[in-house]
Amino acid sequence: MPRKSKSDSLSESALQVLNGNGEHASCWSCGDMVAAHFCNACGKVQPAVPADYFSFFGLPRKLNIDLSALEREMYQLSRRLHPDLYTQASEQEQTWSLEQTSQLNDAYRTLRDPIARTRYLLILEGFKSEEQSIRATETARTSGQPKQSPVPAELLEEVFEINMQLEELHMNKKTAEDDYALTAEVQQAQHKFEQKLRAMQGELRTLWSAWDTLIDRSASGDTATTDERRVLCLKMLGLLNRHRYVQHLVREISDALES
Amino acid sequence: MDQSRVVGIDLGTTNSLVAYMEGDRPVIIPGEDGANLVPSLVAIDPDGKVIVGNAARKHLIETPDRAVYSVKRLMGRGIDDVQNELKLFPFHLADDLLPGEVLRIKLGEHTYSPPEISAFILRQLKRNAERYFGAPVTKAVITVPAYFNDAQRQATKDAGRIAGLDVLRLVNEPTAASLAYGLDKKTNATIAVYDFGGGTFDISILKLHEGIFEVIATNGDTHLGGDDIDNLMIAVALDDIQGEFGFDLRRSSEAVQAIRKAVIDAKIALSTQPHAVLDFDLPDGKRYQRTIPRELFEQFIEPIIKRTIGPCNQALADAGLKPSEIDEVVLVGGSTRTPRVRQLVRDLFQREPHYGLNPDEVVALGAAVQANILSGASDATKDMLLLDVTPLSLGIENLGGVVAKIIHRNSTIPASATEYFTTGVEGQANVAIHVLQGEREMAKDCRSLARFELRGIPPMPAGQPRIAVKFLIDANGILHVSAREQRSGKQAEIEVQPSYGLTDEQVETMILESFDYAEQDFAERQVVEARNEAETIRAALEKGRNSAAWEKLTSDERTKIAKLEAALNAVKPGTDYQAIRGAIDALNQGTMRLAELMMDDAVSSALKGRTFDQASRKLGEGPEAPHPFAKAEIK
Repeated sequence: MPRKSKSDSLSESALQVLNGNGEHASCWSCGDMVAAHFCNACGKVQPAVPADYFSFFGLPRKLNIDLSALEREMYQLSRRLHPDLYTQASEQEQTWSLEQTSQLNDAYRTLRDPIARTRYLLILEGFKSEEQSIRATETARTSGQPKQSPVPAELLEEVFEINMQLEELHMNKKTAEDDYALTAEVQQAQHKFEQKLRAMQGELRTLWSAWDTLIDRSASGDTATTDERRVLCLKMLGLLNRHRYVQHLVREISDALES
Repeated sequence: MDQSRVVGIDLGTTNSLVAYMEGDRPVIIPGEDGANLVPSLVAIDPDGKVIVGNAARKHLIETPDRAVYSVKRLMGRGIDDVQNELKLFPFHLADDLLPGEVLRIKLGEHTYSPPEISAFILRQLKRNAERYFGAPVTKAVITVPAYFNDAQRQATKDAGRIAGLDVLRLVNEPTAASLAYGLDKKTNATIAVYDFGGGTFDISILKLHEGIFEVIATNGDTHLGGDDIDNLMIAVALDDIQGEFGFDLRRSSEAVQAIRKAVIDAKIALSTQPHAVLDFDLPDGKRYQRTIPRELFEQFIEPIIKRTIGPCNQALADAGLKPSEIDEVVLVGGSTRTPRVRQLVRDLFQREPHYGLNPDEVVALGAAVQANILSGASDATKDMLLLDVTPLSLGIENLGGVVAKIIHRNSTIPASATEYFTTGVEGQANVAIHVLQGEREMAKDCRSLARFELRGIPPMPAGQPRIAVKFLIDANGILHVSAREQRSGKQAEIEVQPSYGLTDEQVETMILESFDYAEQDFAERQVVEARNEAETIRAALEKGRNSAAWEKLTSDERTKIAKLEAALNAVKPGTDYQAIRGAIDALNQGTMRLAELMMDDAVSSALKGRTFDQASRKLGEGPEAPHPFAKAEIK
């Protein structure tokens, strides 16, 4: 039986989790009608319900998240659900605790990171990036090539140039030549791309706020947001793809400079 | 107590310990010899008896082919992995090992796998705890290096099962140490645990907050420890001897073990003294003596110690922290006693490390704290919770040998990921998945965990099935896989072939075999218990002789008692349980009247018919110990 901790009084916010039919579940142990990850009345852990990560934390699908509140909620839920607290409980409760806690950790990990959070929301809204589609996964699996993302159009020239420079650096390494001018150029390019990354992160935050506004409008009864949401999602998807590409490039440059 | 106790066990490379929570403090349970540390040494004597700990030391020196140490370095590993290690150790692999088979080591006439050998050590610790409590112990928390992979963890769990323990949780060693450290701190802080032991190195960075111990990042090297320092110094000594005296002692296991002992003694001395002497007898009667100044020793070991820097920097990078953002550094493991190591830690983290806790005991104490969190036996840990991480990324191999990571390193566990698979051929019923751990891009550079075969996929055109495979890493850091074909809703069967582990059937067989050892244990225990009872009677008889009741016996009765006592003293040191038992019963019978007389003197006639030692206890002077090894309870 899970033991009550002193932090109990802080987590009466146990959110209501819907079961498959959309009805509120009731506690298997005491029958209390308001069941959630754990029963508010008797404390027993409940079966894990397939829920998206936002609902798991009782959050709306908005992209701005208060990270310290999220962390607090994660700690509170861990204190109630963690397998360490169920080693003397029934096997069924142990299984539920394991499922609930892994869902908790998966949700927290995803929502905490800005890029992962955005990507996840896009999947929920039906927008998968090219890399993520099952088709792409299967192609990668059967062709032996890693999943590719296309080069962002506006970066074509710069990418071409840096690839040439990296190639040259690589050749120099083989012949043990040191071209200081080349190294300096590559370092400059690295700074430039890192700056681009930061700029993209700023852009993303702007799009977030736009998205959150749309959600607020939907919540207050505006039913005409579908098209705007679609447009915004496509913008965010494009931005994420470009961000991923540049991130990969920065890593490549960093590896090349290090060795 | 309605719940059986859960103990905490540090199954170390060099030493093992068992501990439990006594009230609000964790306490180490000593062995029969009173020592807290049980050396992780196992020997088999010529009679086939298993000897563990200090008693095995002389066997290691005299008959190295019948003894093994540092078996932890072989857990969860394959033949290819250990070739280099084995060059430095005196033990040999079984002759008939097939490639892909679990390792077996020759110990005397038989061979044993590393989990079986570890189980001997665990069984000894279990016995020590049972002796201490006077009650069975079946549940334990066992610690493992944070950087242990899935196979190494599974091997540890298997060892627990073979030893008759229900392993409730595997805990990472640095995390356990932080529990012991943070128990009475009640602070919110960011700490780094630098754990440099006999065989493994771990660095973990944790956030302590309101009783929650959250690991942020962990890194390490499971083949880096004090043993490497010892092996280096042994090589130095061997070369020196060869150079000076002309003979190569590498071939002689006995000589190498003697050198090893000398090297370890010197290493330990150098932690507190500026010089030490390597001193031992050579085979031809000559004596080898070499003074080693600390500076020279430090020069030799510098490359080994430097290997701890990389993992520390990686862990800090993964945590997104600079050394200045760490509040405290805690040192764990015997190798952190080396002054050069402390200096390295000081330089790396730019602060004085904390070494107030005994580096040999802190992990076991922490394991006891975790055992208490799991069992709830004492309230001292009621607001504490450990949130640990998986140390290595989990990936799947794709065609072309490229690894796709599905759960990244330092993800808080339990953690899961779902991947979707389909078939390539019409009617294909099975899909094979190769799962690996590691950070590299290519499968050949990562650690193979297991091959899974999903079976029973309903026949469908190629590419139609949609199989959702869920990979779940549990709170022990061990992987579980489940699969469901989504179109049919059918649960797929999964056949697991662990790359470096025992199958369930093999473990079951070993558990059965271990009952034979349990019987050996049981017989031994009976003798020990009988001897204890004999000792109690002796003490009681002593009291009886000094009592007024003794005078009331006839001289015949007194002579008879003396004879029975002599008979018991004759058989007591032996191992014949029946004989000791018989002599005890006879003496009890013979002293029954004395007991009654003593009772009469104490007034209560209702106690007639009790045995002598019961009667003398009633007269007693002070608290009654429930059994010989527990502290007397003052009621």
